[in-house]
Amino acid sequence: MAIRKPFEQSYYPPVPTRWTKYWRTNLAWQFIRFIVLNVKMLRMVRRH
Amino acid sequence: MSRLLILGAGIAGHTAAMHARHRLPSPHEVVVVSPNSQWNWIPSNIWVGTGFMKPEQVTFPLAPVYEKLGIPFHQARAVSLHPDGSADRPAPHVTIEYTSPDRQGQTADLDYDFLINATGPRLNFGATKGLGPEAHSLSVCTYGHASQTAAALQQSIQRMKRGDRQTFLIGTGHGSCTCQGAAFEYLFNLEHELRRQGVRDRARLVWISNEAELGDFGMGGMFLRRGGYVTHSRVFTESLFTERGVEWITRAHVREVAPGETSYETLDGENASITHDFAMLLPPFTGVGLRAFQRDGRDITADLFAPSQFMFVDGDYRKKAFDAWAPEDWPETYQSPRYTNIFAVGIAFAPPHPISKPMTSVTGTPISPTPPRTGMPSGVMARHVALNIVDMMTGKAEAPTRKASMAHMGAACIASAGADLVHGTAVSMTVFPIVPDFNKYPDTGRDLRYTSGEIGLAGHWIKHALHYAFLYKAKANPLWIAVPE
Repeated sequence: MAIRKPFEQSYYPPVPTRWTKYWRTNLAWQFIRFIVLNVKMLRMVRRH
Repeated sequence: MSRLLILGAGIAGHTAAMHARHRLPSPHEVVVVSPNSQWNWIPSNIWVGTGFMKPEQVTFPLAPVYEKLGIPFHQARAVSLHPDGSADRPAPHVTIEYTSPDRQGQTADLDYDFLINATGPRLNFGATKGLGPEAHSLSVCTYGHASQTAAALQQSIQRMKRGDRQTFLIGTGHGSCTCQGAAFEYLFNLEHELRRQGVRDRARLVWISNEAELGDFGMGGMFLRRGGYVTHSRVFTESLFTERGVEWITRAHVREVAPGETSYETLDGENASITHDFAMLLPPFTGVGLRAFQRDGRDITADLFAPSQFMFVDGDYRKKAFDAWAPEDWPETYQSPRYTNIFAVGIAFAPPHPISKPMTSVTGTPISPTPPRTGMPSGVMARHVALNIVDMMTGKAEAPTRKASMAHMGAACIASAGADLVHGTAVSMTVFPIVPDFNKYPDTGRDLRYTSGEIGLAGHWIKHALHYAFLYKAKANPLWIAVPE
C-alpha cells in the first residue's frame, strides 16, 4: 500500500485490512462468491 | 423474400445477425457488412495490452462463421444510406466500399427491406492534439492498439528492471470520453503486471479522467450496500486506488499530449500538465460518419443522425435541464423515427442525453462522461431489435413489440483488476437499472437489491469464463443460443 500522507488525496479513503484482502483471494470463500455472483448475474439476465 | 441488412459485426451487429438468422425462415435473407475481417471480444483487449493474452486469443475470422450460418458477408464499410432509393435504383439501399484485399476500394449498392445500423464508434483521436497510437499516446480500443501497448509496456518494464523509474498515465484523453471502465481495467491490470514483474516500487501510476468523481464510470456512479451503510461507488473506487497506490486526477479534459507530457484543464479552470514515460489514454467516440440521401439526392444526414454522427432512434432528444431528465427519454425499440425499417443498436444509436450530470469548466469546456452503451446492454438491445424485425418480416407484427430501454435494463460488469487464476482480482458490479430512475427509487436512482459491487478472485474467474463463453457463442458453436447476452 502507498504511504498515506496527511491531508493528501490518499489520506481519506477507507483501506482494506489484511484480513479483508486475505478473503479476496481465499479459494474456498471465492468459490462461494463465484456461485453467488453468477446467480446474481443470471437474475439480472432473466429480467430481460 | 425480404432482406435484413446489418451494418457492423461487433458485439451488437454480430448478436443481431445470429439471432435474426436463427429465427428467420430460409427464404428471408440476413446480410452483414463489416470493414473488419475479424470478430474481436473487446472486453479482453485490456489483457492483450498487458501481454496476458495475444491478439489471436481475442479474435477469430468472421467469414467462416457467416458461411456456416448462411449469412452473406461483405468485408466493406458502409458509406451512405439511401432509404428512399435513388434515381437509378428505386429500392432502399446502402452504398458500401470494400476493405478486403481482393476488392479493396470497389463500391457496391446493397438493397434492404430492414436495416440495422450497428457500426459502433469511430475512435476520434483527432479531437485531442497528440492523442493516439499514431501520435504520442497508446490505446487498448482495438486488439492492434492493445498489442502495440503491450510492446511499449514491456519496454518500460525492461527500463525499470535496469533501475529507471517510470511514470504511467492512464485514463481518458478528452473531456467527453466514455468507457472509463476499460481504462480502469487497464490501470489495475498494469499495476498487477508491474507487481508480478517485481518493479512496482519503481513505478508511479496516475489516473486521469473526465469523471466528476472516481467511480462515476459514465453512469453517475452507483450506490452499494456495504458494511451496514449505503455508500457511493466513489468510496469503493477511492479505496481501491489508495490500496494499490494510484494517484488520481479527475474532472480533467486533456488538451494536448506531447512526447512525455500531457496538459489538461480541470473543471475549476486550472491548466496543468504531467510528465510521463507511458500514456494510455482512451479517445472520445463519434459515429462512423455515414451520410444519408433522399431519392432526389438531397442530403438528409442531419435528419437521421445527431451532430455526434450517432443515429436518432425512438428517444426523446429535446434539450432538457438535468433536473428534467426522465427514464422515458431513453429509446425502447431503437427504431428510426423517420424510417420504420431502420434501427440502430449498440454504440451506433444516439443517446438522448448523458447519464452523469453534465459539467462545464469555468472557461466553458464540457468535462463529463458520455453514456456507456457497450457490452451486455449492446447485446441485449441487439437481440430484441433482431427479434422485432424477424416478427415484422414474417408478418407476425406490424411494429416492434419487444422493448429494451437502458432505463429498464440492468447490466453486469466485471472489471478486471489483475489477471491471475489464483492471485487475480476483479470488481464484479451489477446495476439495475443502467439509467437511474429517481421516480421509482428516490434515494439512489437504482434498485439496491440488484445493484452491487465487490472485489475478489471470483470476479476474475467470471471474467475469464465469460471470455471463453462469448467467444464460443460468437463462433456459433453448438448450443450457442444458450449463452445469454
